[in-house]
Amino acid sequence: MVEGLAATLSRDDVDTDQIIPKQFLKSTGRAGYGGACFFDWRYDAEGRDRPDFELNDPAYRGAEILLAGRNFGCGSSREHAVWALAQMGFRAVVAPSFADIFCTNALQNGLLPVALAESDCADLQLRARRRDGYRLVVDLRAQEVRDREGRRAQFQLDPFWRECLLAGLDPLGMALREEAAISAFEQARSPLLPNTRHRWE
Amino acid sequence: MEAQRTAYHKIWGAHRVAGDPLQRMLMYVDLHLVHEVTSPQAFSGLRAAGRRVRRPDLTLAVMDHVVPTWERTRETPDPVGREQLRQLSENCAAVGIPLLDLYHRRQGIVHVVGPELGLTQPGMTVVCGDSHTATHGAFGALAFGIGTTEVEQVMASQCLWQAPAPTLEVRVDGQLGQGVTAKDLALGIIREIGVAGGQGSIVEYSGSTIRALTMEGRMTVCNMTIEAGARAGLVSPDQTTVAYLEGRPAVPRGREFAAAAERWLSFASDPGATFDRQVRIDASQLEPFVTWGTNPSMSVPVGARVPELAQLPSGSAREAARRALAYMGLEEGTAIEEIPVDRVFIGSCTNGRLEDLRAAAAIAAGRRVNPRVRAMVVAGSGAVKRAAEEEGLDRIFRDAGFEWLEAGCSMCLGMNPDILSPGERCASTSNRNFEGRQGAGGRTHLVSPAMAAAAAVLGHFADVRQLEPADLGAAAQGR
Repeated sequence: MVEGLAATLSRDDVDTDQIIPKQFLKSTGRAGYGGACFFDWRYDAEGRDRPDFELNDPAYRGAEILLAGRNFGCGSSREHAVWALAQMGFRAVVAPSFADIFCTNALQNGLLPVALAESDCADLQLRARRRDGYRLVVDLRAQEVRDREGRRAQFQLDPFWRECLLAGLDPLGMALREEAAISAFEQARSPLLPNTRHRWE
Repeated sequence: MEAQRTAYHKIWGAHRVAGDPLQRMLMYVDLHLVHEVTSPQAFSGLRAAGRRVRRPDLTLAVMDHVVPTWERTRETPDPVGREQLRQLSENCAAVGIPLLDLYHRRQGIVHVVGPELGLTQPGMTVVCGDSHTATHGAFGALAFGIGTTEVEQVMASQCLWQAPAPTLEVRVDGQLGQGVTAKDLALGIIREIGVAGGQGSIVEYSGSTIRALTMEGRMTVCNMTIEAGARAGLVSPDQTTVAYLEGRPAVPRGREFAAAAERWLSFASDPGATFDRQVRIDASQLEPFVTWGTNPSMSVPVGARVPELAQLPSGSAREAARRALAYMGLEEGTAIEEIPVDRVFIGSCTNGRLEDLRAAAAIAAGRRVNPRVRAMVVAGSGAVKRAAEEEGLDRIFRDAGFEWLEAGCSMCLGMNPDILSPGERCASTSNRNFEGRQGAGGRTHLVSPAMAAAAAVLGHFADVRQLEPADLGAAAQGR
């Protein structure tokens, strides 16, 4: 369950190049991306906050729930985009739809991608845009987003991921528990399939 | 009688390790491609957990994203990029993953190199920490990009948990006009279905136009599947696929080749197999496209104008267009052919293969790059570069004033020294015109290789059909 201040980013098709520009992909770690999140939209050439960027609004400071537009996270597969959002303080993104790779990356990191109906998204955004400290609860167990005014909206998360997140299961651990099945599969693979152990010339 | 199945369903069914194929199953990965940018955290994760790489022999690493395109004897300039390259070398050496490093003859963009070596074959599952992994779908493989956590999962288990996806058939019939290429087809499809049009789906490209494409053309089309938001895109394998693969290093020879080919063709969609959705495209209606905005669906035919905002549907689409025009520094209603360019980039996993370079060279031959333009040609791989040089394409480009550079991702995403300066406008054969993609403040227009070459010589966008292409054989001998 996530409870926190909601902020809006009112545009569709936000790509992961915008969430974390390429110059920040050269780090070899998983930390330190929060300050670079939305870098080109967020800062001017002198590194000052751009007043015209929605998320720079002081009323959104400390926001933990991002209300975004359609097809959020499209483009590059860079997981750095999810790390950056999480390190900027977000714990859930609520949008009408998400790009597939972004969605998986978010789930792998416990950043909840919550897909709501367009009309619900529009309504929640309207409320958050009052900028009066509008807070939301994202309840994974009930698969519901709600506010203190009694507005509720249902969402559906893939049962696999819901279970993983609620029970704290790790997909890799679950895969490795299938060792016998993996080995059996490998035994039965066609010998015609290629491998990478060549002297590539 | 067994139901007619699509290529996707056949591959899906053949890769179940555990779990329920109708809900979520553990899927085996036949080929894992790795590069320097999205792998370091995966290797550290494995080390921290004390896990080994299960199948280094089904994994291939390539240096491509941050490598400079200048001569290999010069050092990679920025220390952070150098560190990524160093870590990839060390990580691969430590766990036994074969690596095509900066100095390897076969180095190149991972999605150009895999197919070139014959590593991508029909019926396989291919993943890589890069969204343009969709390229490999051209072979009738199920190929998609993954994040770094999944890179780690594949390294450790050679498997991924996957849910089945709905299918979308993009059926393209009719003949592409002269000067209209696979790139224009890709842009035309995205223009039709939108940047989220394929969301959640596996696309199969079919129809007479797709059948008539070469493997390189199919790779260009599949490459841009991700720009329509689809999980993966593929083309059913056929004799074109088989002929391309024959003789490649990772492909069996002799009697085994015949057996492999038979196996490959068995993965083609059955006649009459049905898809969850279908879109039809008439290839004869397509033209050379130029993007004017900041996502790949924002394109018009070269002879058209930048859209008038008032003619777009009101609401978020018009708002996105308004923002895009402001970023691109364009006035609504401007004729595309009146837009001047500062830079030209020919290369990338979309358009960095030999046929792409030939198409660009045919326009460049006997002409000169306009003095206002800096034009670069970056081969998709070392092998592409050598093959082009054998044909004399390098001389044609150099004589025309193009820079002829070493292989890598280069200015497709500007993680190496090749970037646009703020405000610079580029005709680019790459795949993304996102804000800042080729350099902060840079303005990218996506086009085909021939259209990029035409923009280079004229200094503005131009209809390549108005320029007489050279006979490349004669042009190369003419020296």
